Amino acid sequence: MDTAVTAKKKWWGGGYSPFNVSYGKLMMWYFLMSDAFTFGALLISYGTIRFMSTSWPDANDVFHAFPFMGHMNLPLVFVSLMTFILIMSSVTMVLAVHAGHTRDRNGVVKWLSWTIVGGAAFLACQAWEWTHLYHAGAWWGRNPFLNVDGTVASTNFTNFFFTITGFHGLHVTSGVVLNIVILANVLKGTYEQRGHYEMVEKVGLYWHFVDLVWVFVFTCFYLL
Amino acid sequence: MSNEATLHSHQHEVTHGTVAHDDHGNGHHEHHEDSFISKYVFSMDHKMIAKQFLITGIIWAIIGAAFSVIFRLQLAFPDTSFPFLETILGHWAKGGHITPEAYYALVTMHGTILVFFVLTAGLSGTFSNLLIPLQVGARDMASPFMNMLSYWFFFLASLVMVASLFVQTGPASGGWTAYPPLSALGDASIGSKIGMDLWLTSMALFVVSQLLGGLNYISTILNMRTKGMSMTKIPLTIWSFFFTAVLGVLSFPVLLSGFILLLFDRHAGTSFYLSELFVAGKALSNEGGSAILYQHLFWFLGHPEVYIIILPAMGMVSEVLAVNSRKPIFGYLAMVGSLFAIAILAFLVWAHHMFVTGLNPFLGAFFVLLTLLIAVPSAIKVFNWLTTIWKGNIRFTPAALFGIGFVSTFISGGLTGIWLGNSSIDIHLHDTYFVIAHFHIVMGVSAFFGMFAGIYHWYPKMYSRYMNNTLGYIHFWITLVGAYCIFWPMHYEGMAGMPRRYFDYSNWESFKQFVELNKFISIVVLIVFATQLLFVFNFFYSIFKGRKLTTTNPWNATTLEWTTPIHPGHGNWPGEIPEVHRWAYDYSKDGHDFIPQTVPVSPDESKH
Repeated sequence: MDTAVTAKKKWWGGGYSPFNVSYGKLMMWYFLMSDAFTFGALLISYGTIRFMSTSWPDANDVFHAFPFMGHMNLPLVFVSLMTFILIMSSVTMVLAVHAGHTRDRNGVVKWLSWTIVGGAAFLACQAWEWTHLYHAGAWWGRNPFLNVDGTVASTNFTNFFFTITGFHGLHVTSGVVLNIVILANVLKGTYEQRGHYEMVEKVGLYWHFVDLVWVFVFTCFYLL
Repeated sequence: MSNEATLHSHQHEVTHGTVAHDDHGNGHHEHHEDSFISKYVFSMDHKMIAKQFLITGIIWAIIGAAFSVIFRLQLAFPDTSFPFLETILGHWAKGGHITPEAYYALVTMHGTILVFFVLTAGLSGTFSNLLIPLQVGARDMASPFMNMLSYWFFFLASLVMVASLFVQTGPASGGWTAYPPLSALGDASIGSKIGMDLWLTSMALFVVSQLLGGLNYISTILNMRTKGMSMTKIPLTIWSFFFTAVLGVLSFPVLLSGFILLLFDRHAGTSFYLSELFVAGKALSNEGGSAILYQHLFWFLGHPEVYIIILPAMGMVSEVLAVNSRKPIFGYLAMVGSLFAIAILAFLVWAHHMFVTGLNPFLGAFFVLLTLLIAVPSAIKVFNWLTTIWKGNIRFTPAALFGIGFVSTFISGGLTGIWLGNSSIDIHLHDTYFVIAHFHIVMGVSAFFGMFAGIYHWYPKMYSRYMNNTLGYIHFWITLVGAYCIFWPMHYEGMAGMPRRYFDYSNWESFKQFVELNKFISIVVLIVFATQLLFVFNFFYSIFKGRKLTTTNPWNATTLEWTTPIHPGHGNWPGEIPEVHRWAYDYSKDGHDFIPQTVPVSPDESKH
């Protein structure tokens, strides 16, 4: 029998997780793949419609406002701030996960709290931007912005913008909620009792994914 | 230090016990105090959840098939009045004639119900749940709780879909594909009003159910195999469920995205799929959208969906044929490889449903090529099934018969797929009865045969009793002959140009020749439908009165599920989970009829 002679472990031989991960983490990875397809489909739809159109509004003309700055022309400054906040929240999440590895409960509490603050700040920014655009006359089915060539644009510019950033915002919202639930568990000492902080790692995966998606959403709507 | 050692050296090793139910450190298999609710309703036992999926699927199948009976009556006897229709359908069948609206609603719901609720949830929901833990040697699914949620989301989806049948304006009636603009504009058809919203809601819940189930199936197969159960030792059923789950997890989200955009088009004034439209003589303001975009999104799921339906059937038939021919499966690795090839190709051929939509013919050429490539792994599988039963000592149990029937219908329906995969022929045959004949035989009837094979074969494991064999034989022969009588003639109708989705053909001189043929088809439909009710009777009767199982391994099979007790509890094996030493197909080897997977390989054994 080969079990006696093998020094090297057969990771795929059964009895072990072949990737040496718990089923929960494996599920999270597969879920993220699935969710990537959801966003992929939405962004590809956006690309399809945009390439079908003869012209499209210029992001620099649309997104140039900043809170309390009146009518100053600050193209893409606000969204850059939003992006910076979200990326920083990923950094704090990395630190929270790291603290979890070393079973540093106070560290997890501190960094997870900052992540929640970052996520909430991002959502607040998004709410401000949506409100601002709404008051400028933009909404689903309404597009006040002209194409870059001066012609009247179809409503699909705003349709896709609100649908996809809204769908992403929904993901950020659920991420913040998950983080709060996990933080509550950390405070209760659930993971200390369990002996590991893997749940922090799992919500961390989700959080990084949501950030990564934002990079694509940001590129598609603000840069291209 | 090798790479691998570096990778794993600092991590704690995740072993079976800890992976399984782990995190929360409370090995919760042994101490179940089952109340009625936790045992039969909100059960977390994969075996009970499988039965829930199966029985819900059976109920749906009866509804979906009954709908086809009603619209077949219309197609065969357009001038005859059936007063009973008015009794059950009310104003949808005034004077015993169904209205065109009712006809389209029935056709749409027939497709939706059969494709999603019966052949997806009812088939892979049942057997993935039942067989994955039992055949890989696990106590339960990776997450029994998510598994339970998966069923209840399916149940919720079912409730919403049932509710849509009873709203004033009727259920969705734009076809099971729900193409916009018809499905996006409530003013375009009464079936596009609230019925369409309920349809979309139900389908969204269904996608959630599929996701929860699929994630569980994948991680159970990868993470929770018992000791010795390497990926090349798992039965082909498990491989097929694995690829099915991967297909579902990656394709359903795209459908969800498509539905989200459709909902916005319906209610938020957007124009994702809409452009330059007139409804009732009035121009709509929508501009800039593309109806074809929806078709791409839909068929990116829609095509993998047909493999989601057929792969589990393939896996179960492989197992059933090997067991009942008392021979090892022919070409195990080729079977796995072709499943894999089919799973990959499934994602690359969706536009062959769209050859006539205005798709660029240059693009179409690539989709023709990729579509025809699917014939290769499909043919490998067919030849392997045939060589498996070749010169076998076949036991013609009802399960084996349905397995052989599956191979038959898969060949007859698959060959016409090669016709339709060619865009030049498809342009002629598109939207005719030829297409109906093709996909009903290759994925409708075949998948049902695979499902029946699975039900007859694993019934003893599910209910610790046998189903009645005589009724099983009657069921098989009438269904096989009936299925061919129903769908074979449709090829001729289709080649003569008879379009699908028409309510009444009596105005066309060219289709008068098919009046009698249509009557024949519909009468056979009635007979086959009655036979399925016989099966349903057999199924439920046998739960309570069937012949009792007296041995743990009634079919003398090698796989692990037959090492569990006759009445397995939650946790499946009373003691340790058995260790596996060999593949699942050691039949007629070295003078033994069969050698279970749990028997260690002896040194003087011949190699397979």
